Amino acid sequence: MKRVYVNEEWCLGCHLCEYNCAFANSGERDMVRALKGKKIFPRIHVEGDEKITFAVSCRHCTDPICIKSCIAGAISKQDGVVKIDRTKCVGCLTCVLVCPYGALAPGENGTMQKCELCLENSCGAPACVTGCPNRAIVYEERSDAQ
Amino acid sequence: MKRYVIVGNGTAAVGCIEGIRSVDKTGEITVVSEEKHPVYSRPLISYYLENKTDLARMKYRGDGFYDENGCRVLYGRRAVAADPDQKRVTLDDGAVLPYDSLCAATGSRPFVPPFEGLESVRHRYTFMTLDDALALEKALTKQTRVLIVGAGLIGLKCAEGILDRVADVTVCDLADRVLSSILDADGAAVVQRHLEAKGLRLLLGDSVIRFDGDTAVMKSGKTVVFDVLVLAVGVRANVELVKSMNGAIDRGILVDVHMATDVPGVYAAGDCAEGYDASIGKPRVLAILPNAYMQGYTAGVNMAGGAAAFDNAIPMNSIGFCGLHVMTAGAYDGEQVEEKQDGALKRFFIKDNLLKGFILIGAVERAGIYTALIRDRVPLDTVDFGFARKTASNIIYSPQIRRKKFGSVV
Repeated sequence: MKRVYVNEEWCLGCHLCEYNCAFANSGERDMVRALKGKKIFPRIHVEGDEKITFAVSCRHCTDPICIKSCIAGAISKQDGVVKIDRTKCVGCLTCVLVCPYGALAPGENGTMQKCELCLENSCGAPACVTGCPNRAIVYEERSDAQ
Repeated sequence: MKRYVIVGNGTAAVGCIEGIRSVDKTGEITVVSEEKHPVYSRPLISYYLENKTDLARMKYRGDGFYDENGCRVLYGRRAVAADPDQKRVTLDDGAVLPYDSLCAATGSRPFVPPFEGLESVRHRYTFMTLDDALALEKALTKQTRVLIVGAGLIGLKCAEGILDRVADVTVCDLADRVLSSILDADGAAVVQRHLEAKGLRLLLGDSVIRFDGDTAVMKSGKTVVFDVLVLAVGVRANVELVKSMNGAIDRGILVDVHMATDVPGVYAAGDCAEGYDASIGKPRVLAILPNAYMQGYTAGVNMAGGAAAFDNAIPMNSIGFCGLHVMTAGAYDGEQVEEKQDGALKRFFIKDNLLKGFILIGAVERAGIYTALIRDRVPLDTVDFGFARKTASNIIYSPQIRRKKFGSVV
């Protein structure tokens, strides 16, 4: 399946992916209205130091420990995509405790949200990838061996 | 066709069913469920009382779960005897279930100490099952004064769940601090201050000598008058079924990393089982939900003839109390390294170049990066732990390792 991968050599640390993600999941049609003056809760985040930066989002693992650990049974895998039912989530953060990639963070209301590859929102393909100015984030099929 | 019997219908049973079905799509699975409910998320019972969820959303799996997995569920039934030679289990209604492999997913039960005068208390409850929560809910009004005995995870989550719907909540514990099983003195003090600021009354280092109707007489000489009593002193593993088959028992049913007991064809998983704890290198009951699922899944795979081992179990807890998040993992063994930022606390335990455990209070972002350092036994001289102790980040890894993590299928 296609997943989001990062090439940190190309990452500029511009954080545009975070804004595009927050916009894509806002339900708004206008980016300014969606984001201006608001604290954003993106499902991808840029990490790094003075020299290296890179974006981190859900890896959609083949054997996701978050699903096994969720105390509410709110996380599941559908067609390879790890999804969360936010109505079931109670915000205990056990998934944060177990995700080895540090890929999850709570949303504005305290329940968890995560990258679902923009398959459910109006984008249809990951907005972080589409908007990355330096192609540091890509959405493609890679084999296990790579 | 293989016949599987699972005694119990909680998280470990679900893991077991899914583990079996990952190998064997057709074998006959029978689930013996003492509770008359389909599987639900048990740790959510306090959130239910807090109105943060409801019965529909507490379903741990969808309505079609048992049908889709070809399971027969016997509700309201208890396994009362088992014959390891004939390989069959007898239920309380006399029914006999033959099995090829059996999983004890029997959980645990509240431990109720023999308090003097306990029978004189009119409204007394334990807090473990959905039915416990529903019964407690009926007893609560805005005027209710509640005494909870036990300031551990169960007692404090119960307290949080009911705090806003009753007049007052007092929690007492023999230990001199809250959450004594997972927090050290400093960490417990932070949580205690937070809980007291939220209106909880704590009586620590004190225990009930006797009950006299609606009054608890404490060892310190204090008395607590209450309307409703909740006993959350501790739990005991339900080991009886496997014990009756002469299986090895310690504090739980002893299992190897395949979740096999020493009785042929018999496995155990979840709160009833005592498996290998990688953080101490010894068997220990790890009564936490992720462990129940992973043990159950491992048992299921092996019961169906596959090969699975669960050899990196560690204790870990993520728990919030009135807005304050606490995460703990591993063993508190070795040199202590500490970070304090804006009232938040991070304490790490390091030994032999490995992260052995941590306590995080109020600063929990990306904590899974720390958990992975423990579970994967990552040598700390291969990562930038000086950075990590302040901020959990993937920058601590070498570019090569990062490329693997973020550039390939994981």
